[in-house]
Amino acid sequence: MKDELTQDQRSANLKGMGSSRKRVEDVRFTQGKGRYVDDIKLDGMLFGDFVRSPYAHARVTSINTEAAMAIPGVVAVLTAKDLEPLGLHWMPTLAGDKQMVLADGKVLFQGQEVAYVIANDRYAAADGVEAVEVEYEELPVIVNPFEALKSNVVLREDLEGQTEGAHGPRKHHNHIFTWEQGDKEGTEKVLEEADVVAEEMVYYHRTHPCPLETCGCVASMDKVTGKLTLYGTFQAPHAIRTVVSLISGIAEHNIRVVSPDIGGGFGNKVGAYAGYVCSVVASIVTGKPVKWVEDRMENLMTTAFARDYWMQGKIAATKEGKITGLWCHTTADHGGFDACADPTKFPAGFMNICTGSYDIPTAYLAVDGVYTNKAPGGVSYRCSFRVTEAAYFIERMIEVLAIELNMDAAELRRINFIKSDQFPYQSALGWEYDSGDYHRAWDQALNAVGYKELREEQAQRIEDFKAGKTRKLIGIGLTHFTEIVGAGPVKNCDILGLGMFDSCEIRIHPTGSAIARLGTISQGQGHATTFAQIIASEIGLPADDITLEEGDTDTAPYGLGTYGSRSTPVAGAATAMAARKIRAKAQMIAAYLLEVHDDDVEWDVDRFSVKGAPERFKTMKEIAFAAYNQAIPGLEPGLEAVSYYDPPNMTYPFGAYICVMEIDVDTGEHEIRSFYALDDCGTRINPMIIDGQVHGGCTEGYAIAMGQEIAYDEMGNCKSATLMDFFLPTAWETPTYTTDFAVTPSPHHPIGAKGVGESPNVGSVPCFSNAVHDAFRPFGLVQSHMPHDHWRIWKIAKDLGLHS
Amino acid sequence: MIPAGFEYHRPADIASALSLLQTHGDEARVIAGGHSLIPMMKLRMADLSHLIDLQDIDGLKGITIAEDIVSIGAMTTQNELITNDELSRRIPILREAALLIADPQVRYVGTVGGNVANGDPGNDMPGLMQCLGAVYTLEGPDGSRAVAARDFYEAAYFTAREDEEILTQITIPVPSMSGYAYEKQKRKIGDYATAAAAVMVGGGNASVAMTNLSDTPIYSAEASDALAKGDVDGCVAAALDAIDPQEDMRGPIAFKKHVAEVILRRAIAKAQERAA
Amino acid sequence: MSKMHVKLNVNGQEVEGLAEPRTLLIHFLRENLNITGPHIGCETSHCGACTVDLNGKSVKSCTVFVAQANGSDVTTVEGLTNDDGSLGVIQEMFREHHGLQCGFCTPGMITRAHRLLQENPNPTEEEVRFGMAGNLCRCTGYQNIVKAILASADMMNAQKEAAE
Ligand SMILES: Cc1cc2nc3c(=O)[nH]c(=O)nc-3n(C[C@H](O)[C@H](O)[C@H](O)COP(=O)(O)OP(=O)(O)OC[C@H]3O[C@@H](n4cnc5c(N)ncnc54)[C@H](O)[C@@H]3O)c2cc1C
Ligand code: FES
Ligand code: FES
Repeated sequence: MKDELTQDQRSANLKGMGSSRKRVEDVRFTQGKGRYVDDIKLDGMLFGDFVRSPYAHARVTSINTEAAMAIPGVVAVLTAKDLEPLGLHWMPTLAGDKQMVLADGKVLFQGQEVAYVIANDRYAAADGVEAVEVEYEELPVIVNPFEALKSNVVLREDLEGQTEGAHGPRKHHNHIFTWEQGDKEGTEKVLEEADVVAEEMVYYHRTHPCPLETCGCVASMDKVTGKLTLYGTFQAPHAIRTVVSLISGIAEHNIRVVSPDIGGGFGNKVGAYAGYVCSVVASIVTGKPVKWVEDRMENLMTTAFARDYWMQGKIAATKEGKITGLWCHTTADHGGFDACADPTKFPAGFMNICTGSYDIPTAYLAVDGVYTNKAPGGVSYRCSFRVTEAAYFIERMIEVLAIELNMDAAELRRINFIKSDQFPYQSALGWEYDSGDYHRAWDQALNAVGYKELREEQAQRIEDFKAGKTRKLIGIGLTHFTEIVGAGPVKNCDILGLGMFDSCEIRIHPTGSAIARLGTISQGQGHATTFAQIIASEIGLPADDITLEEGDTDTAPYGLGTYGSRSTPVAGAATAMAARKIRAKAQMIAAYLLEVHDDDVEWDVDRFSVKGAPERFKTMKEIAFAAYNQAIPGLEPGLEAVSYYDPPNMTYPFGAYICVMEIDVDTGEHEIRSFYALDDCGTRINPMIIDGQVHGGCTEGYAIAMGQEIAYDEMGNCKSATLMDFFLPTAWETPTYTTDFAVTPSPHHPIGAKGVGESPNVGSVPCFSNAVHDAFRPFGLVQSHMPHDHWRIWKIAKDLGLHS
Repeated sequence: MIPAGFEYHRPADIASALSLLQTHGDEARVIAGGHSLIPMMKLRMADLSHLIDLQDIDGLKGITIAEDIVSIGAMTTQNELITNDELSRRIPILREAALLIADPQVRYVGTVGGNVANGDPGNDMPGLMQCLGAVYTLEGPDGSRAVAARDFYEAAYFTAREDEEILTQITIPVPSMSGYAYEKQKRKIGDYATAAAAVMVGGGNASVAMTNLSDTPIYSAEASDALAKGDVDGCVAAALDAIDPQEDMRGPIAFKKHVAEVILRRAIAKAQERAA
Repeated sequence: MSKMHVKLNVNGQEVEGLAEPRTLLIHFLRENLNITGPHIGCETSHCGACTVDLNGKSVKSCTVFVAQANGSDVTTVEGLTNDDGSLGVIQEMFREHHGLQCGFCTPGMITRAHRLLQENPNPTEEEVRFGMAGNLCRCTGYQNIVKAILASADMMNAQKEAAE
């Protein structure tokens, strides 16, 4: 058969890496045929619903379930007393702490789970919740972490007298841990001797990932086989299975955890929640499947807040602006229980990436974790562990330093960037940055937006403003961020002792199609599309012929799941490595079929051909068939491979973002005039999907910077528990983004990819915030905390005397 | 977020609806579009056991436009208000304001009657109706009566409507003033006003009302008089004197007062420009 | 509370069932009729994930009692697929322009876009953004959704022209 296609055509037919392949998931989703957890319906299924505490801190003096049990359809009501004999009234958290599943004597935050009502349908369950009578005795409430460290009110009575926590000594009964990195004395010395030191408190407020689908599960205990099946919105199904096994005592092989389609995660769906535990217990007790799906208020009030870091910073520099040292002390508000989802050895995540994109010779970071009467969580909201906080901190400190030096902030960044010939770069706080070219990206960005002209326009506007011709200011927000993603090397990254490798298993079918299974789980990132593209490029079978499966622990290889932008860096690498194992075997098969030595064939897009005689070849499809139909000496039949990939290092995607904002000083309203986002995530697998990730991440960043918060009053009441007050912008408010890219492949990753899902959130928050600050810089503003909603911007203007 | 149970009624005429209201007393509530009531029921903050759906009552529907008066049936949706071109030609501020309420889905079902009867200080129509000098028709067991929008609101969720009365119609005199503006600041689409102002001006007359700046809508005769005389500062001062905003997630009191002034001045400027 | 007899026409099919009057339309569709395209994202009428077409209007079915809807015509995203099972124009354009990621908002978005384009076959970008403001998306930043809807308008107009 004569082959008429060119190499390029054959390559294009694969729809491999670099192609903007349309998503395979979308055929199902656009018709409403996705299968999310609330779509699961099992025979005889019951519904669970929680009685929750209206108080932020109170003793539970009595729970009366009689009236609830009398409601038709209510099957049972669980309280801590029922869970205690099973040892399940408390559960371990991912951070080495423990958390009440149902209130055990007292409650520590508003919305805490007090009792679990099980009923025939969700209406009866809700009626049951209404009817449970709980008596509380209110206790003093602490919502401020600085006060918590001074108060003699003991929040965690269960830990009283314990001076040692999971992460070292506890200094006070409301203190959780102190985590220190870098050179304290050295940094103090640099600060003392520096020409210039800028100092500021940078607060990154409490917010929430708020995916459009809330958390939920269906637990189904089959009493005959003894097998528990747990469907749920899990970003890490394998880890959930291990946790369920450890805390329930059910053998791990008797548990099947399935993550069906997930309606967004953004970190919300990493943790283990009381709803899961109660549903499992309820299914065991009733012998029936039990569904629990939280509503939006429950979601915002109880599962997985993010941020809430008070970051006191000092930055030292020479008169010329060369940074000589960075000091940071963070007070971290963890709420009532320490349920942060960080790798075990990193109680403040990778906050020590806070030297950012800059060559800072000396640095010191300390983080104190504190208990307060707020919800537990501390998840990574679309970012690697605490990287958003770190990026916000350094990008604010750079601006503060620029003010101190009376310098242009773009120039200050430029003279402090790590240079491209310094990679791999050892940071003062212990990381080895893999690759980057920050100067090139920065110049590309500044040129693209016309930075010089923007500054001229801004200067003119200030003149006009002072002359009373306008009430609008222009802010130019700059950010150059460096992420650290792809956790992570097993030697230093684990969650509950499970190393943070990931996995892929590929099986080629005789006709040359394939199935791949991964340890990760897509929540909208389009894994079924992009991972097939990696395989297509690696083994020369069309992506359209490759099925991808994730999320079922009975069939998928063990992996740590999808969060922290780790899927491409870790599972993507595992995919490439598994594919390469297949190609290696295919090479031997091809050589046998072509009757030449293994070394005499070479890879050519979708085939092996004889070196120097490209007309003699075997396509991957032919090889696949041969693997199943011929006895090949020295080779086992079949064509499949597994790879468990332990990354040698993290990857360090970076980007340059620039925002131009108009601000109305009288109403505090703003308008985003333009937003430019340049991302360098190394090798680009699917540019269409990357752009989509950037749009989405920037929109989350826009919301966080400009209005989104989880706010409490001094009684610990959550003031932002509905989507009226918790700011999610609509299509009307959301800006339009201009995306751009540069490519600096990761040298240690098999395909050079770094991951991009979270960069736009990390990069856009400081960018929007810096734009607000920049608008008011000429009038003397140094620092004002997010979110920059209307009244807070109004207050900046008022405090600067711009209203008189 | 599941409401408690209730008995459902769907009367075909006003008389049946009124008789249901009388039979069940304060256990009964009428429902129009449901987009204020159902959210309250889901939070179990509206206590009722009989729900009387007004959707089948033809007498509550339709917009009639006469020479100098417009009548709007209580069950007219906000979307019907927006898409009625003749109405928008005669009283353009209605469309301008209605487009600033909620989002498309809510406007398809939310009714004008429900919006003005609800008594939520956040609703935009009450202030607007006060500005326009609208009159509400209330039908009860003893027949019907007319109450001016300016006399209707007593406190948050408390109005001059008796429990057994139904608001059937809103009549608006076609304004002689040709300048109009409805200005509203909100955090996003779907949010209630941080501050909103309705202004009509022209031919030596003026009318000014404000929304969500007190526990009722605020119509100010003093402010209106001042503006009629062309005294903008006097108008603003009088209006600001009449408001009493509360702190919430939209911001502290001082901020709301400031925004109220800015929004009102903008509305005045726009209305005056249009009148010219 | 006693149950009532409910009749609806859903996606062209007459359906009936028994439900408590307080049953929200979204729950009746999803649980009684197994129509799981419309989703629940907030239950407080803010997100639009539950949007269906009710008698020719886009409504949030989490804020409608099934009793109120009794006797109505309902169209959900499932009803917007072509008769031969292929994707309808808006569905296809969402796929073409990457107008979805997790897919959770998508059924509501597409159902709302359908009504928007029925009422305004030639919308501007601004009109699309305003007309879609009752639907929240957490993944896409809307940019590609807007693109997909504008492209749908073009495609539908071209199809209409071709048919004429
Ligand atoms: C997300 C969202 C955002 C919103 N934003 C705004 C906004 O910005 N501005 C705004 O003004 N509104 C807003 N609303 C409210 C919306 O406009 C409501 O639809 C409206 O307030 C009430 O109209 P309804 O027909 O839905 O009334 P219903 O909810 O049915 O009724 C409201 C109340 O009025 C009573 N009632 C209704 N009709 C009558 C009648 N004819 N006679 C006597 N009593 C009656 C009911 O018993 C009930 O107590 C918003 C709603 C939502 C869900
Ligand atoms: S679920 Fe109905 S609007 Fe959100
Ligand atoms: S695609 Fe996930 S919410 Fe829109």
